[in-house]
Amino acid sequence: MSTETQEVAKSREPLFSKKNRKLISDPLNENNPITVQVLGICSALAITVKLEPAIVMSISVFVVLAAGNVIISLMRNIIPNRIRIIVQLVVVASLVILVDQVLKAFVYDVSKQLSVFVGLIITNCIIMGRFEAFALGNTPWKSFLDAVGNAAGYGFILVTVAFFRELLGSGTLFGIEVLGNAADKTGLYAIGYENNGMMLLPPMALIVVALIIWVQRSRTKSLIEE
Amino acid sequence: MKFIQNILDKTRPAVTTGKLKPLYPLHNALETMMFVPDHTAHSGAHVRDSIDLKRTMVTVIFALVPAMIFGMWNTGYWHFTALGVESTLMENFLYGVQILLPMIIVTYAAGLGVEILFSYLRKHPVNEGFLVSGMLIPLIMPADIPLWMVAISTIFAVLIGKEVFGGTGMNILNPALTARAFAFFAYPSWMSGDQVWISGLKSGEGVVDGFSGATALGQYAAGSEAPAIGGQALDAYHAFIGQIPGSIGETSTLAILIGAIMLIASGIGSWKIMLSGVAGALTMGLIFNLVADYAISTDQQVYMALPFWQHLVYGGFAFGIVLMATDPVSAAQTEKGKWIYGFLTGIFCIMIRVFNPAFPEGVMLAILFMNVMAPLIDHYVIQANVKKRQKRAQLATANS
Repeated sequence: MSTETQEVAKSREPLFSKKNRKLISDPLNENNPITVQVLGICSALAITVKLEPAIVMSISVFVVLAAGNVIISLMRNIIPNRIRIIVQLVVVASLVILVDQVLKAFVYDVSKQLSVFVGLIITNCIIMGRFEAFALGNTPWKSFLDAVGNAAGYGFILVTVAFFRELLGSGTLFGIEVLGNAADKTGLYAIGYENNGMMLLPPMALIVVALIIWVQRSRTKSLIEE
Repeated sequence: MKFIQNILDKTRPAVTTGKLKPLYPLHNALETMMFVPDHTAHSGAHVRDSIDLKRTMVTVIFALVPAMIFGMWNTGYWHFTALGVESTLMENFLYGVQILLPMIIVTYAAGLGVEILFSYLRKHPVNEGFLVSGMLIPLIMPADIPLWMVAISTIFAVLIGKEVFGGTGMNILNPALTARAFAFFAYPSWMSGDQVWISGLKSGEGVVDGFSGATALGQYAAGSEAPAIGGQALDAYHAFIGQIPGSIGETSTLAILIGAIMLIASGIGSWKIMLSGVAGALTMGLIFNLVADYAISTDQQVYMALPFWQHLVYGGFAFGIVLMATDPVSAAQTEKGKWIYGFLTGIFCIMIRVFNPAFPEGVMLAILFMNVMAPLIDHYVIQANVKKRQKRAQLATANS
C-alpha cells in the first residue's frame, strides 16, 4: 500500500510548511474562487449591498467549508466513489442547517437580510468544488487549511465589493453614516453629493467584481492570458 | 491658425524623440483635430479615401448642431415659462447656452481625461471617438442635472463602456447611451419624473403656481388623453417643432430630421437603420392601436390608443434612432443585419414605452439592448450567407 506510507510521510511534515502555507495564500490571489475560478458569483452579487450581511455570509461559508472539508477528508477512505456527491451533499446540507439555525437565533435581522442565500450555501460551487477537488484526496489538516484559504479568498472579495457598494450606494459603513446624513443634508450631502442608486442594484455588483478582476489581472502577471 | 501650426511644429521634436515623449498622444490629438494630418502610407501602394475617422466624426457633430441650437432655445423658453416671465428669443437662447456650455466642457474634460490616460498607458494616439460622444452626452441629459453627475456618468461610460473593450471601435455599447443609462439608474431623482425636464423646477424658485413639468410621454403613461403644460397643449405639432419639455437636444424632431438628412447625404449615418427603425416603431404602434380595447387598465388603454405615428415625434425616439442607433461601431455591421437591428430597435422602443410605466421613454433601453444583440444578428446573417453560397457551390459542382 504505497499511498498509505506516503500519507504517513506527509503527516510528519511541519504544520505550516511551505506547501501548507501555499494552500492558504493561493486562493487569496492566484486561484481566488470568485475572481479566477468564477465560482460563488450569485451570492457575491446578491448580498453585498451592505457590509454586515457580507461579513456574516463570509463567516457562514467559512464555517461550512472548514467543517465540511475536515469531515469529508476524515471519511475520504470509506466513501464509495459512486455515491460521493450524495455524501457531500448530506454533509454540507446538515452544516448549512446548523449555521442557519445559529444565525436565526443570534443575529435574526441579518439572517432575514441574507434570506434564501444561507440555504443556498448548499449549492455554492466553491464548497462542492473544494470537497470534490481537495478534501477527497488530502489529509484533514491540509483540507482545513485549504478551506481557510478559499473562505478567506471568497470573503475578501465579498467584503471589498460590499465596502464600495455600501459606501457609494448608501453613504454608510456597517450602518454608520460616514458621509453625513442624506435626509438632513449634512456632511458631503450639504455640498450636493448624492448616493449612487445604481450601487444598490445587483448589476453594479457585477461591474465592481469585474473591476476587481481587471485590477487583479493587470497586477498579477501569471493571470494574464494571451 | 498659422501660429498654432508653428507651436505644434516647434514642439514636435520634443514629444517624438525628446524629453516630453509621454505627451505625444496629446500633441498628436491636437494636431490631427485642427489640421489635415500629413500621415502617409508606410509601405506599398494604398488607395486612400480623403475621408478619415476624424472627418466622419466632425460630420456627425455638424448634424447635431440644429438639435443643439434648438435645444438651447427650448431650455430657456421653458425656464422662463415656468417662472412666468416674458422673454425674447435671444434671452431664451442665451439661457440655454449658459446651461449647455458648462455641461459640454465638463463632458469633454472628463471623457478626454480618461481617453488620454488610456492612450498614455496603452501607448497609442488618442482616438477621435470621443468627439461625438462628448457632444451627444450633454444633449441627452436634463437641463438641471448637476455637473459632477455628468462627469461621473461620462467617466463611467468611457471606462466601462469603451476602454474595457479596447477603446474606440471595439465597444459593444454606445458610450453616450451608457452614460445616460448610468445616470438614469444611479441618480433617478435627477433623471426622471416631472421635476427635472425644465430648468429651475427642481429648485422650485419663483415657479408659477400649479406648474408641472411632466413630459408628454410621462403624461400619456399616466393616462392623460390631452397632455398640456402651462396652458400649452403638448400635441404632435409642438412635438414635431420641439416646443415640449424633455432632455436638452431630443425634443425637436424637425431639427433632428435636418441632421438626419446631413448624415444620409454624406453617407455616414445608415439610412437602412433609420428607415427600419421608423418602420418598427410604426408597426408596434399600429399593433398597440389595434389591441388598445383589450388593455388591462384604462391608463394603459389611453396610451395604447395614441395614434401610431405620434410615437415618432414624442420623446427621444427621433434622436435615438438617427444619432444613437446608427453609431457604426455598436450597430449591426452587415447590410441585412442593419434592417433587422433597426426594426427591432423600433419595436422594442415602443413596447418599453407602453408596457412599462416606470420608463415612459423607451428608446435608450431599446438601443442598448439591441447594441448587445447586434453581434448575434451579424453572426446569423453571415452564417446564412455562408450556407447559401455553399449550396450554390454544391449545385455548381453537381451540374458540371
